[in-house]
Amino acid sequence: MTWFRPSWSNRRGTLPRLLFLLIAVLALFTVAEAQKKSSCIECHRRLDDPRLSTPAKLFANDIHGSRGLSCNDCHGGDPNDDSKEGAKDPRKGYLGKPKKLDIPAYCGKCHSDANLMKRFNPSLRVDQEREYYTSVHGKLLKAGEERVATCISCHSVHGIRAVNDPLSTVYPLNVAQTCAGCHANADLMRSFGIPTDQFEKYKSSVHAQALNQKQDLSAPTCNDCHGNHGATPPGIASVANVCGQCHARQAELFQTSPHKAAFDQKQLAECVTCHSNHAIAKPSDQLIGTEQGALCTECHHTGDKGFIAAGVMRSRINDLIASIDKSTSILNRAERAGMEVSKPKFELKNATDALTHARVMIHSSSPGEVEKIIGPGLEVSSKGYQAGLDALAERRFRRAGLAVSLVFILFLALLVYFKIRQIESRQSATE
Amino acid sequence: MQSIKDWADDRLAISSLAKLVKKKEVPIHRHAIWYYFGGMTLFLFTVQVVTGILLLLYYRPSSENAFESVQFIMTEVKFGWLIRSIHSWSANLMIATLFVHMFSVFFLRAYYPPREITWVSGVVLLFIVICFGFSGYLLPWNKLAFFATKVGTEIAGVVPVVGHPILRFLRGGDDVTGATLTRFYGFHVAVLPATATVFIGLHVMLVQLHGMSVPPSLSGQPVKKMKFVPNFLLRDLIGWILAIGVLAALAALFPWELGEKADAFAPAPEGIKPEWYFLFMFQTLKLLPAKIWKFDGEVLGILAFNAVALLLFVVPFVDRSSENHRRWMVFNLLGVVALLYIVVMTIVGYVT
Repeated sequence: MTWFRPSWSNRRGTLPRLLFLLIAVLALFTVAEAQKKSSCIECHRRLDDPRLSTPAKLFANDIHGSRGLSCNDCHGGDPNDDSKEGAKDPRKGYLGKPKKLDIPAYCGKCHSDANLMKRFNPSLRVDQEREYYTSVHGKLLKAGEERVATCISCHSVHGIRAVNDPLSTVYPLNVAQTCAGCHANADLMRSFGIPTDQFEKYKSSVHAQALNQKQDLSAPTCNDCHGNHGATPPGIASVANVCGQCHARQAELFQTSPHKAAFDQKQLAECVTCHSNHAIAKPSDQLIGTEQGALCTECHHTGDKGFIAAGVMRSRINDLIASIDKSTSILNRAERAGMEVSKPKFELKNATDALTHARVMIHSSSPGEVEKIIGPGLEVSSKGYQAGLDALAERRFRRAGLAVSLVFILFLALLVYFKIRQIESRQSATE
Repeated sequence: MQSIKDWADDRLAISSLAKLVKKKEVPIHRHAIWYYFGGMTLFLFTVQVVTGILLLLYYRPSSENAFESVQFIMTEVKFGWLIRSIHSWSANLMIATLFVHMFSVFFLRAYYPPREITWVSGVVLLFIVICFGFSGYLLPWNKLAFFATKVGTEIAGVVPVVGHPILRFLRGGDDVTGATLTRFYGFHVAVLPATATVFIGLHVMLVQLHGMSVPPSLSGQPVKKMKFVPNFLLRDLIGWILAIGVLAALAALFPWELGEKADAFAPAPEGIKPEWYFLFMFQTLKLLPAKIWKFDGEVLGILAFNAVALLLFVVPFVDRSSENHRRWMVFNLLGVVALLYIVVMTIVGYVT
């Protein structure tokens, strides 16, 4: 009866072999641990000068550190040597702190190497360095200007975090603040002749509200319009392409509108002329039309074709708004009265969608195209109003029906009551 | 005609049953009003069965169709709104009359021997009706019902050891999904009605067997009696006719809301509350501290409610006669405290 014994217990000397294996594994772990040693961090962390100790402390949260890289992977040297001279021996490849002009190449050593980057993040682009030199920052740096942003100005240094880490300086919610570090600095920007109010303006914009208040990470911040590594301010010719990345339909309609040729002729920046740039506000219907405050009147005057078109488009949009309000109001009234109107209320959303669509269609500058959207929208809205009227009529019918039913019910109850009295008077007479 | 009657009598013993019914009498005294609540609860249950069957003609039990089918009943089906509103209002009134019936039986000590099993079957019916309410609430598959079921089943899941299996059994998985709806539908239209029919049959049969109980406080006094048929039954009938009037008025003036379709990915509506008959328990669990000594406050609260539910079953076996005056007082006090607790906590739940 040996069938139940584990096979390893059948052989002699299994236990010593297992012990040997265990010791070997432990030894391997110890060797691996020794290889990870970094005399740079151990020594720098203890230094009194914060300029020298901070990098070592910050590195604990650095993405490079978390991927197994250490000081010597950028700075060279020997992290296994405990002496300062040995660790920072140029013969062991010690490079020291790079000069500002060399920083893009310093980072690019790895980040431009597709084969190397694949090991860490196969989806990461490797053209940042090349792109950087196409940017205003890169061009100025190449020309010897050291006061421009390099990799570490935006990504920080030693405590570099992944872009999707909310604590990263280049996380969408932090980008504007990071750019403002330089671009809101009046002393620094003065010599470049660049205004410094972009950040303040941006903070008041609809984009910043979406990003910061609604935490909508798809809302644009500086780099979404200006680019990141290849950061360049969009010129008159390309501003529509920038806005069109997100507002594609509006950009497409504008390109086919009569405004396109007129703007080109007058050298006007397309979207920005009406909507502004950094302080872009939520567009309202007041922007269009012929009334005071309407942007159209800045170029168009009473009687001209554009003036008439603007008036017609605004008036039809107002018609749809009024119709939706009227339908919503009656449906809400019916709902408050307890009527089931969720279906017409849901269908009324098609009219609201038509309104949004019409507001986009304004960019075609064509009253005919706008009418193609407004017409069906008004039809949907009228149906909603009729549904509200029907619901209120049904409510009146129910109440009338209830009154009749209650009269009948009370009459029936009275009949039963008199029947009881009749029965009981007969019973007491017989008793 | 006589020959048909004789033919039926030979086979169904109708005349014997009629004699039995004619013999049945109801005591008449100052507490006799409470006798009507049992009959009223049964009447409302019948309304539930009839309106429930009518709703079944159009209701479709799936997460894709349930909301739309109830919407169709409310807007397209002739008098569908009336049937659904009566079903919902009648369910709530039935639970209310059931509570009144239970407390009146408790305070009048109608559970004294030999009526212990009548009480026990009544308590079982109370829990069946609560399960009816809980399962039926989800069926329209609207937002409020979805999240109330989520919270309700989560509470069941907190119970140590058996909690998680119960939660999975109720939900048909880890989350409230279409599987939960199908399951609740099965409970609501098959399992619970079948079980309720058995216990209602037992309960009513025992009431006929033992007759109406006369409160011990009236023992020794001469008590007048009234014939069940036709005197008491016709009085019951007036109550039922008036109940139909009340239901019609509630349905016409305050049709039962449908709300928005359930969306598992939408956030829970703010200030979500369960139906009024669960509110006192919900409020208690809200007020309990997170930790009571070393134990989780919510778990202790749920275990306490389970213990009270079990205690309800043993009431007639502990309090057996009015001779022990001290016990009489203790039970009266317990009843008053329970009643006050339910009323106060329900009000607090609504106000806060």
